Parts: sequence; structure tokens; C-alpha cells
Amino acid sequence: MRLSEHSYRTVTSLAGPILFLENVRNAKIGEVVNVKTGEGRNIEGEVLSIDRGKVLIEVYGESQGLDLGHTSVVFTDSVKKIPLSRDIVGRSFNGSFEPIDGLPMYIPDRYEAITGVPINPASRSGPEEFISTGLSVIDGLNTLVKGQKLPVFSASGLPSREVVAFILKHATTLAAEKNFMVIFAALGLSFHDYSFYMETLQQMASGYTAFITMADDPVMERLLAPRYALTVAEYLAFEHDMDVLVIMTDMTNYCDALREIATARKELPGRRGYPGYMYSDLASLYERAGRVNGKSGSVTMLPVLTMPEDDITHPIPDLTGYITEGQIVLSRELHQKSIFPPVDALPCLSRLMNSGIGKGKTREDHRIVANLLYKYYAKGRKLRKLEAIIGREGLSSDDRVMLDFADGFEKHFIHQGEKPRDIFQTLDEGRNILAQFSLDLP
Amino acid sequence: MSGKITGISGPVVTTDMQGLKLNEKVSVGCGKLTGEAIRIEKAQAVIQVYEDTRGVGLHEPVTATGMPLHVRLGPGMLSEMYDGLQRPLERLLAEQGPFLIAGKEVDVLDYSRTWKHVPLKSEGDTLLQGEFFGYVEEGSFRHYLAYPTSSQSSRGDGKRPSKRRIASIKEGAFTLGEPLGTLDDGTEFFAWHDWPVRIPKPFKKKATSNEPLITGQRSIDLMFPIARGGTAVMPGGFGTGKTVLEQSIAKYADVDIVIYVGCGERGNEMADLIEEFRVLSDPWASKPLMERTVLVVNTSNMPVAAREASIYTAVTIAEYYRDMGFHVLLLADSLSRWAEAMREISASLEEMPGEEGYPTYLSSRLAGFFERAGVVETISGRNGSLTMILSVSPAGADFTEPVTQACLRATGASLILDTSLAYSRHYPAINWNQSYSLYTTELSEYFKEKVAEQWPALQVRCREILQKEESLKEVIEIIGVSGLQDDDRLLITIAEKIRTELLSQNAFSDDAFSPPEKTFSIMERIIRFYDMAESRLKNGEPLEDVLKEGGTAV
Ligand SMILES: Nc1ncnc2c1ncn2[C@@H]1O[C@H](COP(=O)(O)OP(=O)(O)OP(=O)(O)O)[C@@H](O)[C@H]1O
Ligand SMILES: [Mg+2]
Repeated sequence: MRLSEHSYRTVTSLAGPILFLENVRNAKIGEVVNVKTGEGRNIEGEVLSIDRGKVLIEVYGESQGLDLGHTSVVFTDSVKKIPLSRDIVGRSFNGSFEPIDGLPMYIPDRYEAITGVPINPASRSGPEEFISTGLSVIDGLNTLVKGQKLPVFSASGLPSREVVAFILKHATTLAAEKNFMVIFAALGLSFHDYSFYMETLQQMASGYTAFITMADDPVMERLLAPRYALTVAEYLAFEHDMDVLVIMTDMTNYCDALREIATARKELPGRRGYPGYMYSDLASLYERAGRVNGKSGSVTMLPVLTMPEDDITHPIPDLTGYITEGQIVLSRELHQKSIFPPVDALPCLSRLMNSGIGKGKTREDHRIVANLLYKYYAKGRKLRKLEAIIGREGLSSDDRVMLDFADGFEKHFIHQGEKPRDIFQTLDEGRNILAQFSLDLP
Repeated sequence: MSGKITGISGPVVTTDMQGLKLNEKVSVGCGKLTGEAIRIEKAQAVIQVYEDTRGVGLHEPVTATGMPLHVRLGPGMLSEMYDGLQRPLERLLAEQGPFLIAGKEVDVLDYSRTWKHVPLKSEGDTLLQGEFFGYVEEGSFRHYLAYPTSSQSSRGDGKRPSKRRIASIKEGAFTLGEPLGTLDDGTEFFAWHDWPVRIPKPFKKKATSNEPLITGQRSIDLMFPIARGGTAVMPGGFGTGKTVLEQSIAKYADVDIVIYVGCGERGNEMADLIEEFRVLSDPWASKPLMERTVLVVNTSNMPVAAREASIYTAVTIAEYYRDMGFHVLLLADSLSRWAEAMREISASLEEMPGEEGYPTYLSSRLAGFFERAGVVETISGRNGSLTMILSVSPAGADFTEPVTQACLRATGASLILDTSLAYSRHYPAINWNQSYSLYTTELSEYFKEKVAEQWPALQVRCREILQKEESLKEVIEIIGVSGLQDDDRLLITIAEKIRTELLSQNAFSDDAFSPPEKTFSIMERIIRFYDMAESRLKNGEPLEDVLKEGGTAV
């Protein structure tokens, strides 16, 4: 603890959200500072690095208008913390953690640092309980389980927004316990998307908390909002036994913010200009998903990102895929065929599916139905390429059945429009399609 | 010796402390975080901190410990799960709850546990450095206790370490806090010793091995076998099955001890592994798998610098068991995360970067690490081996990136995992055209003698069939399979059988483990069928009839 408040007017340089301060006597890494502008505006910031008396500060808020002469910086001797309370359920906040729903701030139960603390791997318990999203292609083929992190890989022009809205509205656990809730973190939204999501939130069946940062909000807030969301999620999951589903969109905006700040810090850029530590940074978010031995709550994560140039090897989807436990990939081709959700089942994967399905969890025939659907669809898709070259007539009758199956599967199983299906309807639908083409059934 | 913090950037701290030694372990800040001196200059020293530096401030104290960063080696490590700095995670859990709090010191070994010492030496005997003076029974292992060599002479060449006489030696029950005896110069010796992680443990000499390490994976043992003491890497994009393969090998490999490093990967995977290892048993020795396993875990959200250390911690533990004459297997998932940790630290040090920002010493560090594998004659005259099988996660599944390339240059086998095979759910997704093993020839004698005379010959035929299939692929893309001649159609059918029945292995089925005998019999069945079918085709029988007994036409 420092006894006196330290205040400095020794700013030596300013660039974007980055500020250098000299002759600092005392500072800590991660320490929150209050930057006061000449006009008396107060902006929060954080100490990023210290070199003798020279301190590099990252400003959370709008840095426009700061100057060298009139800016003063006050050190607080504390890291960034947010107030927590069960009353946060049902509330919406901006990137500065201020309520935007017109209601007053709740009375905090306590404060917690937003960076979180890693879960001891020895205390994790394996994810194995099914979460229903209402979408057949996810529930049936790429099942999401409590404690998992499963991202949606979208591309520009694809309806990731509608897919997210669908899941927001229909996600539930099988037993539909009242302890299920959604935390929604929107990173860099346009106003158009904002109105869309706010409307969706009103229609939600489960409880929710929202953190909304807009496209014209300071970039730093995009880095903060997911951390608010996860800190709240951990609190509700591990202190109040809730099953929390965290939906974050769009993580591409998050990564771009990370790059923007790295550039302002004059760091050496890595692949495509993104910083070399992006893997560790993303992991510090995604690894906060999980379940802990002896606690009944869980943190499950469904981040959404846009693949730049539809390229799955771009660092954003690539590093995400390396951290998360599978991926749901949207396809332009299916979207053009008016299939909703336009999910390309082939590159999708849920790595924790095995432990979350079957007798007593979903249904006994789940594994085998999923395997058969995948197998025949993959075959049909492969044959489509051949068909394009040698024509349908050149194919054997068995092959033609596969082709038709692939079409039917897209039209009837993947496509479901607005209507949610529970897991039993999903599996029945799968069996129907198999039966329709006289393919062997379990 | 102590000093103050003068600067902090990420995991790197500078201090004004004088007199530090390179690689010396230091305690950093009021929170007493563990660090290591990695650069020493006249006026300052640079310290790599193994824990989260958030909250650490200017002027906080830095204290030297007088010791290099080390591990503590002794009985009780088996079935433990350590973090990258060898802190026992189960005991941390018991002491501080489910979240990892920085700066917590916990004993590496369990000092409350009682062991039974069986001396191999008696009073008045001479004791050489590296020589065993006794043993304890640890599970089903005889855990030999050695008088440690001095870490200064890391090479086991001519310079014999000093010789001592035993003044007293204890027998029977003891705990690790008690000495097991004294030497004539008064020094005590214990059941444990410390060893600096960055220095390889010495041995008498390296040998070559013509014995394979059976992994239980057909596509490895048959197509790309790995020699005991050898090194193998498996590069593959995300979701191609690296972790499943590493874990399968950890379960089924024919070795005495497995050291598994979860390096910068997922926590849920480790939870899964532990749950499984507790219930599964070692197929070669019918005892719980956990009893032969040591886990070193630094998940992706744990401090990056400790991730860098975790690989060294693990390999040093592996060498320790090798020196008892055991066959040890080191599995690490993933080496790329280790390289990335080096890159992050190097960036904080503002070193001149090499390719893709990796430090220029990347490939020499990697090569130095791979060199710690091998079959050796130990100081005590036994034969032990340390084999490494390591996963690599190339950015964008692009195998031309520096880490993959450095690994390919330095290792003996390379199992290339293919994204398109994984998408078509062919697991393990080892690409049979691009993968290779430099050990194949030297190991073929072993398979010939121990498994089947025909092993190498049939293996070559499988390869040829797969190669022919590859060259037919282009034709098929234009005219379809039905446009092919009958003998080519037969070949395609057989190739598919090889791919699906021989090379594929579902890790979640009864087929997850395939001993060499089973591998051989599957291969033999397919090739025998091929020969039969080919001769019937020659006799003018139609392909459809020929294929009836043994598979459908493609
Ligand atoms: N041998 C196998 N048998 C059956 N399924 C497998 C096998 N190997 C991999 N899989 C499937 O592939 C999924 C991904 O495998 P895994 O987690 O090992 O990938 P990875 O290469 O380690 O990916 P990352 O680099 O992201 O960690 C598994 O969850 C499983 O569904
Ligand atoms: Mg993996």
C-alpha cells in the first residue's frame, strides 16, 4: 500500500491509446491510473511496462484531446477490478462498465480483478453435460457441452448475427434448470447490429447480462468487455452455481484491437501484423471456460469471429481453432442456397461431443445417427465434384443416391429456418432422412 | 544478495542486483515470484519471471537463491502432476483451492510419506558420483537412489568424478527429509537431489538402438516406426488429432515410464487424461497407467515463461529415470507453444528477431533439446533410453514455418498430420505419402525376427499399392472409378482397405491399441486377398465376383 497519492504531469509522448510518463517514483504492472485531461475529463488507463522511471500506459477510454502540457496521471495502487453481485443478471453495460439500461448500479457484493486467475488443471472436471442450442447441425452433429469453448467461424456477408440471435433465444440445458443464463459480450457493434441484438435480448427465454461496445467506442473497450463478461461468468458459475453460456461477437474486432494497440506500442508485428502473443492472449480468455471439481456451475463459451477473406488459415481463426474445442463453420455456398443456419458440416467439429451424448445424456442412438449422417454427407459432397466433371449419368446408381442424400440432408436436416428443434426432434429428423434414402439405420 | 526491481515488461524484469550468475534462480518482488537470471550486464541483470507479473512494482526486492533453476529428483514423482516449475498441482489444489495463485511455494516431493530403504552399499564402501547406493520400491518400480554427479561435469567422458567412502548408511523406513547416510568427509546424502534443468544429465556413452518403441498405432509401427532413443515429431493443423495421438501413445506405448508434457495447451484435455489414466491400465504390465506416468502441465493460460521451462523440467525428470536403466518416453504437446514462449520472452528482451519473430537461437535450442534423447549406457553401467514424440502446431497448417522446419531437420521420424484426412475422419490423420521415418531400415530386422518374417516385405507392398493409388487419382478425377480397367479397380479397392482397415484406428474403440501381431495379421489378410483376387482376375473372372468374398467394389 502506498500512503500518498501519486500524481504526475510528466507525459512525454502520446500515440493513440499509448502514453509515456517520466520520472515516476512508483508503479506496478497492471496498476490502474486515472488520466486527467486539460478540460478535466477523467480517463482510466493501465500500466503496461516500466523501465526505471519511464512508464508506458495504455488508456482505456477516448484518448483524443490529450496533450503533453495539461495531462496529469494519478496512480491508484490497484489493478482493474469490477463490482460483482447476483443482481447483475438482467442488466446491460457499456465498455466502461456503466449500466446502459437506465437502471442504477447495483450494490456490489465484492470486487474482482478482470484478468482472472488460471484454473488449476488438477481441479478441472471434464465437460460432459449437453447444452441444447436448438440447431440440429450443432446439437446433432457437433454437440456443445457445459464447460466447452466452441467458436463460430463466419465470413463477411454471412448471417452470423442471425445464428447468434437464434442461439441466444433458444439455448437451454436439457433439464432447463433455472440456473442457466447467457452473458453476451458485443465487441465493436454497428448501431444497426446493436438494435438487432437489443431486440433479441428482450425476447430471451433465459436470464442474461450484456456488455456492449460500439464500433465508435474506444478500441481498448473491446479488450475489456470480454474480460468483464468472463469475470462475471466465473462469479456466477463458481459462487452461485449457475450454468453460464458466454457469447462473444465479433472476436475479429477483438483481435484487430489487439493489433492496433500492439502497433501503437511499436511492437514487432507477427503473422499479418498481429502480435506474437496473440495465442496466449486469446488463451487467457478462452481457457476461462470450464467446470471445477466440487462446484455445480459451469462457464461455456461460444465466441463468434469473421474469417478475413473467408480464409480459415488466417491467424484469427487459426489461433482460435488451436485453443478452442472444435469449431462451427458457416458456408457461403449454403447461404446462397438459402439454407439457415448455413453451417458447413464437414469442417465442423466438437471435440467434447463424445463425452456429452448418448444414453442418459441425450439419446442412445445419437452417436450412430451422427456418424451415419456425416459419413453419407461427406460421400455425397465428394461426388458432387465428380458429377461436375463427368455428369450425373456417369455415376453409378449408388452414387446418385448419395448425391440426393447430400441435397436432402442440407434441405431438411441442416436447414430449419426459424424453428428450434429439441435434441429428440433433431435425431428423429436425422433418422427420417436416412430412412428416406433407404440407408442402413441403427 | 539482494537488489531492487528497476523495470518490468511482460514476463521480464530488470534489477540493479550485482553478482548474479547466469541461470540462477531468484525470487522477485514482494510476492516472491520465481525467476531466473537470463542476461547479466555490468549495471543490471535481466530476469525471466515464471509467474504472472501483474501487480509487481518498481523498487520491490529481488533476492538471489544461489542455485540455478532446478528440479528436485527423488521417489514419489510417479503419478504426480506438476506445473512447468515442478510444483505439484494436486497439493496446490488442496492448499489454495481451484485457482492458481502466484508466488506459492510448495514442496516438490512429499516429505510426510514413509519409504523403505534397501541399501546396496555398506559402511566403508566407496561411492562414486552417479553410483547407486540403494533403492526403494515405488509402486511396481525399483527406484534406484544415486549419489548425484556434480552438474559441472555434464559430459560422461574420461574425467571420473571424485570417489568417497561411506561413513554410515541407513536401512529401512525413512522420510525424504532425513539423510540416508554420510560420507567420510561428513557430507550427508539423501534419497533426492537437485539438478539444474538446462544441463543434460551425464551418461557414459550413447549407443544406437535397433529396437523399435512399439506405440500400438499401426500407421506408426508399420509404416513409420520409431526407434528407442529416437525422436519423432508430428506436425498438424488444429483438430488433426495430435493430442489424441499423443495420448494414445502415452497409454499404449511399450515403455517403462511416460513423461507427458501439456505445453501451452488446454486444461480440459488434461482433466480428461487424468480421469482416463486413473482407470486404464498399462497393456504391457497390467497396472494402473498413472503409476508409470508423470505429468508436467502448463496450460495455455498459465504463465508463458513457465511454459518455456516446462520442457526442460520434463526432460530432466525423464533423464533421471533413464539413468535407472528404464525405457522412458517423453511426449510433449505441443512443441510449437514452447517455441512461441521463447518468442514472447525474446520480444520482451527486445532481441533481434529471426524468421517470423522467433529468436535466431530457435533451431539450436530445439536441436539441443532433441539431443537429450537417446539410448545410453548410464554412469552406473545400465542401459536406458529416452525417446521423444512431440507434436508441432504450425501456424495456418503451413509446414514451411520455422518451428516445423527446424523440427523436421533435427528429428528422425516425421508424422505429417493432414487436415483433409482429418476432415474425412480418417484417424490418425497421418499422411502416408509425406511422412517418413529414418529408422525404418534399421528396425526391419527386429520386426522380421520378433513379429513375422514377412513384415518388411508386406509393408513394402502396402506402400506400393498406396503409391499406385495416388498416381491413379488424377485419372479417376477425370473418368471416375468406373472408367478404370478391372485390375486398377481392384487396386483401388485394396488401397481403400489398407487405408480404412489397416491405417485407420479409432482411438475411442477397442481398436485403439494394436499390438504388432494384430497389425501384421490385418496386413497379411489384405495382401493375401489381393493376391488371390488378382490371380482370379487373370483367369478371366469378373471383378464383381472376385470382390464378393472380401469387400465391395469401389
Ligand atoms: N485416432 C482418433 N480416433 C478417433 N477420433 C479422433 C482420433 N484422432 C482425432 N480424433 C478426433 O479429432 C478431434 C481433434 O483431435 P485433437 O484434439 O487430437 O486435435 P489436435 O491436433 O490436438 O488439435 P489442436 O492443435 O487444436 O490441439 C478429436 O476430438 C476427435 O474427435
Ligand atoms: Mg491438441
